[in-house]
Amino acid sequence: MGGVLVRPVILTVCIYLFLKFIVPNLPHSAPLPSSLIFLYLMLTTAGIVIFATLSGASKDAFFGPILRFLPGEGGGALSSARYIVLALFPLLVGWQTYGSTASSDAPPAENRTIHPAPPGEYTGLSNPVPKTPENIMYGKGLYASRCAPCHGNFDGKGFAAPGFTPPPANFKDPTTIAMLQESFLFWRIKKGGVGLPVEGMPWKSAMPRWELEMSDEDIWKVIMGEYDGAGQKPRTWDESE
Amino acid sequence: MKNQGPSVTNHGRHIAGRVALLAGCAAVLGWIGMPDMALAQDAAAAQAPTAYRDIPYIGSRNLVWIIAQLHLLLAGFVLGVPIFAWLCEIVGWKSGDKRYDKVAKEFTKLLTSSYATTALFGGILLFLLIGFYPKLMAYLTDIFFPSFLVYCCLFLVETATLYLYWYGWDAMAEGNGKKFHIFLGFLLNVFAFFIMIVPNSWATFQSSPVVISEGSDFARAWAATWNPTWWPVNIHRLIANVVLGGYICGAYAGIRYLSARSQEERYHYDWMGYVGNFIGVFGLLPLPFAGYWLMREIYQYNQQMGITLMGGFLSWLFILQAMLIGVLFLGSNYYFWLGITHRIPGSEGQYRKPIMAMLIILLLCLGVWMTPHSLVASLEEAQKMGGTHHPLLGVFGVMSAKMTVSNLMVLVTFMSFIMYWRAGKEDTAGWARAAKALMGGVLGLAAIAVIVLGVWGYFVPAIIRINYFSTSQVGIVIFVMLTITPLTALLLKSAKTTTEMVWGKMPPRAGYALVLNAVMVILLMTLMGYARSSSRVHWHVYGVMRDSSPYAFSPALGYAAALMALNTFLFCMLVAFIFWVATMGDKAKAAASSKGSVEPGTIPAMAGGSPALDGPEAPVTEIDAPERKRPV
Repeated sequence: MGGVLVRPVILTVCIYLFLKFIVPNLPHSAPLPSSLIFLYLMLTTAGIVIFATLSGASKDAFFGPILRFLPGEGGGALSSARYIVLALFPLLVGWQTYGSTASSDAPPAENRTIHPAPPGEYTGLSNPVPKTPENIMYGKGLYASRCAPCHGNFDGKGFAAPGFTPPPANFKDPTTIAMLQESFLFWRIKKGGVGLPVEGMPWKSAMPRWELEMSDEDIWKVIMGEYDGAGQKPRTWDESE
Repeated sequence: MKNQGPSVTNHGRHIAGRVALLAGCAAVLGWIGMPDMALAQDAAAAQAPTAYRDIPYIGSRNLVWIIAQLHLLLAGFVLGVPIFAWLCEIVGWKSGDKRYDKVAKEFTKLLTSSYATTALFGGILLFLLIGFYPKLMAYLTDIFFPSFLVYCCLFLVETATLYLYWYGWDAMAEGNGKKFHIFLGFLLNVFAFFIMIVPNSWATFQSSPVVISEGSDFARAWAATWNPTWWPVNIHRLIANVVLGGYICGAYAGIRYLSARSQEERYHYDWMGYVGNFIGVFGLLPLPFAGYWLMREIYQYNQQMGITLMGGFLSWLFILQAMLIGVLFLGSNYYFWLGITHRIPGSEGQYRKPIMAMLIILLLCLGVWMTPHSLVASLEEAQKMGGTHHPLLGVFGVMSAKMTVSNLMVLVTFMSFIMYWRAGKEDTAGWARAAKALMGGVLGLAAIAVIVLGVWGYFVPAIIRINYFSTSQVGIVIFVMLTITPLTALLLKSAKTTTEMVWGKMPPRAGYALVLNAVMVILLMTLMGYARSSSRVHWHVYGVMRDSSPYAFSPALGYAAALMALNTFLFCMLVAFIFWVATMGDKAKAAASSKGSVEPGTIPAMAGGSPALDGPEAPVTEIDAPERKRPV
C-alpha cells in the first residue's frame, strides 16, 4: 500500500487511542461512550478525505493505492491480499448486521433528557422569599438535613450518592443549576423524580417528592441556599436580580 | 430547426403522458380518499361545528406537514432568488460584466414558474387547513382577517412587478431603462419581504400569542402580529432565504457543470457555481447570530418552550442541526479551497498549509458543536461516566461552548474567502506589509477574545453571558469582517496579478459539493421548521387553543426525521422539475446548434467524463485562452 495512505491510518489510530485510553485518564475525566468516539472518528475521516482530495494529484496519491489494489495490480502478496479483503468484507457486514439485530440482554443505550421542560404552571414563577442572609442560612440548614445526604457539599458527592444511577446532580458544575431558572428547581424539588415527564425517565430518578415534607416557602429557601452554597447564580432575565 | 421539430414533439408527448399519469393518480387517490374523509368526521358533527377532519392512511397532520413544508421551502426559494438576482443585476450593471446580468436573468426566468408553483402549494395548504382544522382556522381568521386582505394586495402588486421585471428585462436593458428595471427589482424584493413577514405573523402568533380582547379588528390583528418572536423569525427567515437561494443556484450550476458538453458551458457554470456558493456563504455567516437571537427571544418568552427546544425532548434536533451546519461549513470551505487549487494553477503548494490549519480548526470546532450535553451511552458506559454527562467533555454541551465554536467557524470561513480573494495576487502597495500585520493581529486577537469570552461565560451569571458575552463575541466577528474586507479590497486595488484565475477547470467533486450544500440547507430548513412548530407541543396556539385532535402528540424523532427527509426529497424533485421545464427550450436550441460538434475529451462528468476533468493529466483545451482568464 502506498505511503500516502499510511499517515491517515496512523492519525486515525492515534486519535482513537487518545480518545479511548488517554482522555479517560485525564484529571476529573471518565471513559467516553462509544457514540462519541464514533462521532469524533467520523470527523477525522471526513477531514482526511477533504484534505486528500484538494487537488487532482493528492487525490490520485490517496486513492491510487486503493484503486490499484482492488483490480490486483502489482501481483504477488498484494494480489492475494485482495481475496482476503473480498472474503472479509461480507463477513464484516454480516458481523455488523448480527451485532445490531441479534437479541441481547444488554439494556438499550440511554437517551435521557436531564432537564426536561417544566409544566406550564411552574414557568414564570419567581422566588417570593426575600433574599436575606437569614433565609439563605435557613435554606442551607434544610439543605444539610434533606439534600446533603445525596447531593453532598453541593458537589453531588453525598455519602448516599454512590448508591444511585444516575448520580445526584453536582450543583457546582456550571452546566447544571446555573443554566436554569429558580422556578425549574422549585418544580424539580417539589415534584421529585416521579414528577418528571416521560422523556426525563421518572423511573430513573430517586429524588423524593419534597412537597410531602416541606412547605413551598421552605423549598424556595432551599433553592436560595443551594445557589449560595454552590457559588452559582440562577438564570434570570433581569440583570439586577 | 428541422431537427428540432420531432424532438420538441417528443418532449410534448412525454409531458402529456406524465401529466395524464399524474392526473390519473390524483383521481384514484381522490376516489379512494373522499368517502373515508366523510366518514372520518365526528359523528356529532351534525350538532356541533366540526373541529377536525382526517384523511385515511397518511393522516391529516402528515399531509399538512408535507404541503406546508414544501410551500415554505418554495417560498424561501421564491423570496431568496429575487434578492440574489437583483444583487447580480446591480453588480452586472455597475461593473459592466454581462455574465452577472445573464445569471440574474437566468434565475429570474426560473422565478416565474417557481412563483406559480409556490402559489399552487399555498392554495393547497389553505384548502387543507380549512378542511382539516376548521375551528383553528376560524379562530385565526377572526384575529388576522385584516392582514389577510393586506396579504392579497401584496400578492397582486408582487405578481404585477414580477411580470414587469421578467418580461421587461430585454426592453429595459440599457440607459434609464436599466435603472428603472433595477428599481423594479428593488420593488419586487420589498413586496416579497412583506409577503414573507405577513404570514410569519400568523405562524409566530401560534408560538407566542398576544391576544387582546378589546379594540378594533385592526388593533387586535396588529397586537397579534407584533408578537415576541415575529421579528426574530422575520430576520432569521430573510437571511435563510438568501442562503437557500444562493446554494440552490450553486447546486443548479453544479449539475449543469457536471452535465456540460462544451468548455463554454463549463466556464459559465463554474463561474455561476462560484457566485452561488459565495452568496450562500455570505448569508450563512450571520445566520447563527440570527438563530441565537430567535432562541433567546423564545426562551425569554416562555421558559417551558425554551427548555423543550434547547434542553428537553427537542434538544437532539440541535445536535442534528450542528451536524448539518457543520457539513455546510465544511462543504462551502471545501469549494473555496478547490477553487484555489484548481482555478489558480500552481497555487496548491502555497496554500496547502493554511488550508490544513483551517480544516483542523473547523473540525475541532465541529467536534465541540456536535458534542451533546447528555450523551448517548449504554448503561455500562453511563455508570462509568457517573451519568450521561461526561465529567470533562460535558462542558462542551452548553451554549457558551456552542457560541464560541460557531463564531470561530464563521471567522475561519471568512478567512477562507479572503484567502481565495487574495490568491494569485501580489501586493505592490508600500503599506501592504503593515496592513497584513494589522489584519493578522486583528484576526488573532479576535480569535483569542472569542475564546476567552467563551470560557469566561461559564463563570458568570447566565444573563451576563447572554446579554454581554455572546453579543460581544458576535460583535468581535463582525468587527473583523468590517476591518479586513475593506483593507483587503484596498490592497487588491494596487495588487499585481501573478496567476490568472482560470474558470471551467474545477473537478467534478466541486459540482457534487455544491449539490451537497443545497441538500444540507434544505434538510436544515425542514429540521428547524419541525423544531419551531413542535415547540408548541400540544397547542395549536400556545397556551390559548389546545390541540384536541388525535394527533396532539409529538412524533418520535426518527419518524419526524423520515418525514423531513421525504420533504427534502420532494422539494429537490420539484425544483429539478421547475429547472427542467424552464430550461427545456434553451437545451433544445443548444442541442440543435451543437449537434455533431461534441468536442473530443468533453464528455459530461456525469456520463463518465470525470477523469478528463480531474488530476494532473487534465487536458489543456481552449479554456486556457486569454479571454477565459479573468481576475475576480
